[in-house]
Amino acid sequence: MTTAPLTRTTTGRTKRTRPRDRLTLGAGCVVALFVLLAVFGPLLAPHDPNAVDPVNVYAGPSATHLLGTDDTGRDLLSRLIAGTRASLAAPAVVVVVSTVLGTLLALTAAWSGGWLDRLVSGALDIVFGFPGLIMAVLVAAVFGAGLTAPVVALSIAYLPLITRVVRAAAIKERNLPYVSALQLLGAPTARIWLRHLLPNLLPLVLVQATIGFGYALLDVAAISFLGLGDQPPDPEWGLMVSNGAPSILSGLPQQSLYAGIAILIVVVAFNLLGTGLSRRLLGENA
Amino acid sequence: MLEVRNLRKEFGDFVAVDEVTFSLPAQGSLAIVGESGSGKTTTARMIAGLETPSGGHIAVAGAEPAPGRPRSRARRARGRQIQMVFQDPYSSLDRHQRVGDAVAEAVALHQDLPAVRRRARVAELLDLVGLDDRQARSLPKALSGGQRQRVAIARALAAEPRVLILDEAIAALDVSIQAQILALLARLRTETGTALLFITHDLGAVRYVSEEVLVMQAGRVVEHGPVATVLDDPQAPYTRRLIDSIPKPGWKPRRRGDKGAD
Ligand SMILES: Nc1ncnc2c1ncn2[C@@H]1O[C@H](COP(=O)(O)OP(=O)(O)OP(=O)(O)O)[C@@H](O)[C@H]1O
Ligand SMILES: [Mg+2]
Repeated sequence: MTTAPLTRTTTGRTKRTRPRDRLTLGAGCVVALFVLLAVFGPLLAPHDPNAVDPVNVYAGPSATHLLGTDDTGRDLLSRLIAGTRASLAAPAVVVVVSTVLGTLLALTAAWSGGWLDRLVSGALDIVFGFPGLIMAVLVAAVFGAGLTAPVVALSIAYLPLITRVVRAAAIKERNLPYVSALQLLGAPTARIWLRHLLPNLLPLVLVQATIGFGYALLDVAAISFLGLGDQPPDPEWGLMVSNGAPSILSGLPQQSLYAGIAILIVVVAFNLLGTGLSRRLLGENA
Repeated sequence: MLEVRNLRKEFGDFVAVDEVTFSLPAQGSLAIVGESGSGKTTTARMIAGLETPSGGHIAVAGAEPAPGRPRSRARRARGRQIQMVFQDPYSSLDRHQRVGDAVAEAVALHQDLPAVRRRARVAELLDLVGLDDRQARSLPKALSGGQRQRVAIARALAAEPRVLILDEAIAALDVSIQAQILALLARLRTETGTALLFITHDLGAVRYVSEEVLVMQAGRVVEHGPVATVLDDPQAPYTRRLIDSIPKPGWKPRRRGDKGAD
């Protein structure tokens, strides 16, 4: 502890960085790295991720193929890097849609109270009763494979999670005297929402979205694994796990293993970042 | 200026405010006293239009508010009639808004001034309650409870209301500031005719702020009259008990535990 570096906190006091904060920072860096990969991945991949090489199938790690090749001789590292975008984009859409809709729903319910609040809460309880992944699988089975249907289904399935938490906080916030003071001054409701309530709820929303992203990524990967989401030859990670599965029994687990590790790293990083942010932004001792 | 008749509020089957009737003329000053939970804040919130009464009438400057949710223009107009300083200074300001901005927002809602004049008006309001430039640039958390309470007073004054309700807003201030604020409010009464409604549980302080006092117990008015009469010759046993609990001369002051006092 005594050797921990000194950092300035927001209050201007110097304080030792605790190991937990360093963990959050590390998780943030990992997340940032993967976001960069998602944006620039195709440019950074050393090989064409879809270039097959029939003489080099199941190659081990080498200087040209750092992680080896898959069953058709495609470079695994390039596929992992190029697949970042596909793997992160769908959960990002799920999280953004459910967060935006959920926050609006939560604010509306908290603001008006009464029957509207009861209606929203009741409807969310019903949605919450359906397991999201199963719903997404069913929807995909009905509407055919492809990402659109599962993403829509997951966005709805994730609504209750965000809405419940934000609604509870919004009710508390809405009942604070400063909101009464603004109403008494005649501030337009839109102004109270946009200038006061939303900014004050934003840290909580951010934390929820961050933690939700990890779960959404896992769900999307599972759907692709089942063959209902992204389709071959896309190097999406869930698809790579399933693509590599047959060769695991022959002692060649690389493709599934590396893709699985990529999923694991991102999920854990988002989770750690989320809990760390929650500690810092919301002052929780979780 | 303010007429309250048979005002009632029920929360479920609990009666928080029971048949409260009083009137407050322009330039008048009325104190409502009563122990914790006697319904003072609830009465004030109903008068301010923040809580719907279960029964009774409230008229400000002769007009009763229209039923239903008022539009924001109507609410601004009402804001110029009644403002309220809330009991809890810690949550009556937005924690992410610099307090000067909070006052500026209130000014902007009520006066269409160019930016320069608006800033001047904000500085003037803050100066009236004894806050300086540095404090104006602070977030609420950097201010003491008493300083926050003064920001809330400045914000309420920005609307230039005809009735100002102060819910325990003076007790948290230290003596010198208290005197300054009371002088400011007295000037406001005489110069603009603003009527004051003081809410407090401290019957001892009433003598300095009001001519008239209304004593509430468990939601009911148990005594109502000129301050001197009520203090010197209380009729209700409850009022007598409250008066007996006022520290007498020779009583050794103990420091108030209020960490909010500045
Ligand atoms: N929203 C509410 N729902 C249910 N009960 C309430 C509500 N608001 C107030 N009450 C109850 O009404 C009663 C009067 O409350 P009020 O806040 O008006 O008291 P007060 O006289 O202002 O007390 P204090 O001096 O402690 O501020 C209390 O018993 C309180 O529990
Ligand atoms: Mg009260």
